[in-house]
Amino acid sequence: MPKHVIVIGAGPAGLETSANLAKLGIAVTLVEKEESTGGHVKQWHALFPALLPGTEALDAIRKGMPENVRVQNKTTVTGIEAVNNYFTVSGHNGWQEKADAIVFATGFQLFDARRKEEYGYGIYENVITSADLEEMFATGKSLVNRHGNKPERIGFVHCVGSRDEKVNNLHCSKVCCITAVKQAIEVKQMLPEAEVFCFYMDLRMFGRHYEELYKEAQEKYNIQFIRGRLSESAEDQDGNIVLKVEDTLLGKPLRIKAGLLVLMVGMEPLAGTKSLADKLGLTKVPDGFIQPADEVLQSNFTELPGVFVAGACSGPKSVSDTLADARSAALAVAGFLKL
Amino acid sequence: MTFDLFVLPFFLGLLFLLAVLFIKYSRWIAMMSGPDRVKAGMALFSVGMLKTMWEVFLESLLHRKMFKRNPLLGYMHMSFALGWFLLIVMGNLESRVYSGGHINPPYYPIFLKFFIHDKRVLPFEIFTLPGFFRFTMDLILLFVLSGLVLAIFKRTRSRWFGMKRATKHNKLDKWAITSLWLIFPMRLLAESFTAGLYKGGGFITNSLGSIFDAVLPLQYLAYPAWWAYSTMLGVFFVTLPWSRFMHIPTEVMLIYLRNAGIKQGKYPGSFAELELRACPRCGVCIDVCQMNDAGLNGSTAVYFIRALRENRAEVQLNSNCMMCGRCLEACPVGIDTLGLRVGARSVDNIMVASDFSYLLPQPSVKRKADVVYFAGCMGHLTPGVKNAMQKIFKNAGVNYNFIDKDGSICCGRPLKLAGLKDAASKLTDENTLKILETRADLLVTSCPICYKIFSDDYKLKGMQVMHHSVYIDKLVTEGLLTLQPSALRAVYHDPCELGRGSGIYLEPRNVLKQIAEVAEVAEHGVNSLCCGGSIGELGMNSTQRNTIRDGALKMLCEPQPDVLVTACPLCKKTFDSGNQVAVKDIAEMVAESMTINRQPVNNKELVEA
Repeated sequence: MPKHVIVIGAGPAGLETSANLAKLGIAVTLVEKEESTGGHVKQWHALFPALLPGTEALDAIRKGMPENVRVQNKTTVTGIEAVNNYFTVSGHNGWQEKADAIVFATGFQLFDARRKEEYGYGIYENVITSADLEEMFATGKSLVNRHGNKPERIGFVHCVGSRDEKVNNLHCSKVCCITAVKQAIEVKQMLPEAEVFCFYMDLRMFGRHYEELYKEAQEKYNIQFIRGRLSESAEDQDGNIVLKVEDTLLGKPLRIKAGLLVLMVGMEPLAGTKSLADKLGLTKVPDGFIQPADEVLQSNFTELPGVFVAGACSGPKSVSDTLADARSAALAVAGFLKL
Repeated sequence: MTFDLFVLPFFLGLLFLLAVLFIKYSRWIAMMSGPDRVKAGMALFSVGMLKTMWEVFLESLLHRKMFKRNPLLGYMHMSFALGWFLLIVMGNLESRVYSGGHINPPYYPIFLKFFIHDKRVLPFEIFTLPGFFRFTMDLILLFVLSGLVLAIFKRTRSRWFGMKRATKHNKLDKWAITSLWLIFPMRLLAESFTAGLYKGGGFITNSLGSIFDAVLPLQYLAYPAWWAYSTMLGVFFVTLPWSRFMHIPTEVMLIYLRNAGIKQGKYPGSFAELELRACPRCGVCIDVCQMNDAGLNGSTAVYFIRALRENRAEVQLNSNCMMCGRCLEACPVGIDTLGLRVGARSVDNIMVASDFSYLLPQPSVKRKADVVYFAGCMGHLTPGVKNAMQKIFKNAGVNYNFIDKDGSICCGRPLKLAGLKDAASKLTDENTLKILETRADLLVTSCPICYKIFSDDYKLKGMQVMHHSVYIDKLVTEGLLTLQPSALRAVYHDPCELGRGSGIYLEPRNVLKQIAEVAEVAEHGVNSLCCGGSIGELGMNSTQRNTIRDGALKMLCEPQPDVLVTACPLCKKTFDSGNQVAVKDIAEMVAESMTINRQPVNNKELVEA
């Protein structure tokens, strides 16, 4: 009897895992809660560092998806159970299937910036998130703030909802530093006259070509990087955002007015991941991200045989890291199924 | 016979105790400031003295507050205190009657049954109660012993007494309590043995005496029993000044001085010293302390006070307190636990950068307005709150001046709570000037922390201070705001600084009831829990704070509200980070549900640069 694997979540991680499993001759059911596959990348205009368009990336991932991958869309997984040597997975709409192995590719959710009330998201119109900005880029129209004006000054706030004990998130979301650099450059390309400020704690330019992009942002685009966390923002009569921030290198408080403020929202574990993991009996889900059996040697295995992780559900990852992780997950599953 | 060697342990113990008390009290009186000493002296001859005596009777003897907490706990404490007191008073009367009325040595009434085996029927007893004293003294002893039985039960069954946790006592306290507990059974034995020998005694000592006489060689046992009784008294008296039982004389003194209008004042000082010794270590503060949730049970008021009294207080111990005031509310002695904590912190010499250069370029706000609005730091960190207040001012047509709109100076309360009085006063002075410049009649603030220090410490010459919840209630009452009811189910959380700190419970509820259905939770009003965000806490990490927050949220969400409403930006922020329920400030609730005035008064807020 052919082996059957259920992959939960059809973002880049789920798609890539499924495709690779199918190529190894395994029947795959890819469960997705939304109508279409693609996950967060669907909303992303361009990916760092080379500004690869999000749609192009997704098309490439989807292209040539083998036939033995069946996409079960519009289905939210609500039940999951380990029975002897197989698993039973069921959805909110009555869908139910059995599988020999399960791959969590549930991804992440974006931090809700309203939880940092002092930054004014949801209160001041000209405070937006990095995701909102990406959507604005996607429209292809010229960049204006919510009052219809071209902003003369734009601020980017790093680490919103990441590395912040006050919102219970200790983890670094990894991608926001470089995303801010990318978005700042894109803004500067659209509005060369505008002044662009990035407020950071420290810049984590760990990936290939990230440092180069950061250098370019400073030298070519004259983007100002200020080390200091935003303490609060307010709104003036004209709808400008007044930023209270400390330049910690100069040791001085600053007050800056900006026409648009962009909050670099981080990745949070998806709320549903933990409840599913609980149902299955996974005990190592310390902060909502699933802990692999070993973070160095067995990054796709979990403490339970037959249960695997791929992508950002085990911690923040960039798209390229996610794809690599997904391929490695497919191999791990194949090994488990003794193929 | 009016003397026997066995009275010596008691008698010497008593003399020792009195001498120690005399020295200690003289030292405290010497430490008192001149005006305080005058106040204390005047109070001795005032009508207030009657009130003091009444309070001493209610609290030190009846233990009224303990009764309120738990009847069994109250009875236990009362039986010891009132029972022993009555034994002394009645014993004295009895000794006078039987010895012909002359003044006796102090040990005489205590050991009366040893000296006198008188079975006379007193003249007044012929028509009323024969053996009046014998009966009464036995009854009182039974009363005390019933308390002792409860006290023994409390060791293992503290839950019956409304206490989940009891105080962990140190060695000296264990000695003291053991001797105290043994005093009364020893007295019973000594009196019963003697009663058995001489066929005297009341309804208990007589009956027990007869039984003992039948089975025991009482002629050999009675005398050692009196020795044991006296020795227990002696041990108790000698340990008393250094044990928890120092509270017995000190609480009386504390009530007297408090009623004389003397306040804690500076630390260390005589009043604070007195408060430290007035703590009976009853442990009522332990269960109410939310620091337990975070696994920090060593800094609870009872242990903090003990450490302070024994000069063992350390920075960490002093720091670990949210200053929520739940222990203050629960303390049956009324010790100002928060004041002591601030005092202890003030000598901790915490290093802070006291650079106030940023205070200087504050924009001046000379524009005259009716109302000054001060959002405070926390108000600025929750822009939803300050925005709601601005909408409310506008809609009610109030001529107001938002003085900290473009830059605020901290109200000073966080520094004050950290014991940094001088640093705090720099801020309060600067803010006072800025506020008075506006010549307004009313200062409205959104932050209960600011409200507390504005009302307690600022000298704002005739300017009234209001928290926004009270102000909104006033606007609604005066008809300047009209609220529309909604189908929302709300729980109101009393912020520490607004509720226990400032006594404001009703106004926010008045307002909220007009907007939503209000469900009360188990711990509300004076018993409200702290959100865990406290600015008064100086030592906890975020995990510990989150545990406290989640405990509070769990209780607050029991009625499954649609929205959790509070009146403090810090509580709002803290609960919001818990991510369990929608959290809103009362001002936001009002701004969302008020009828918008169609002809708003033109009052574009004016602030001169």
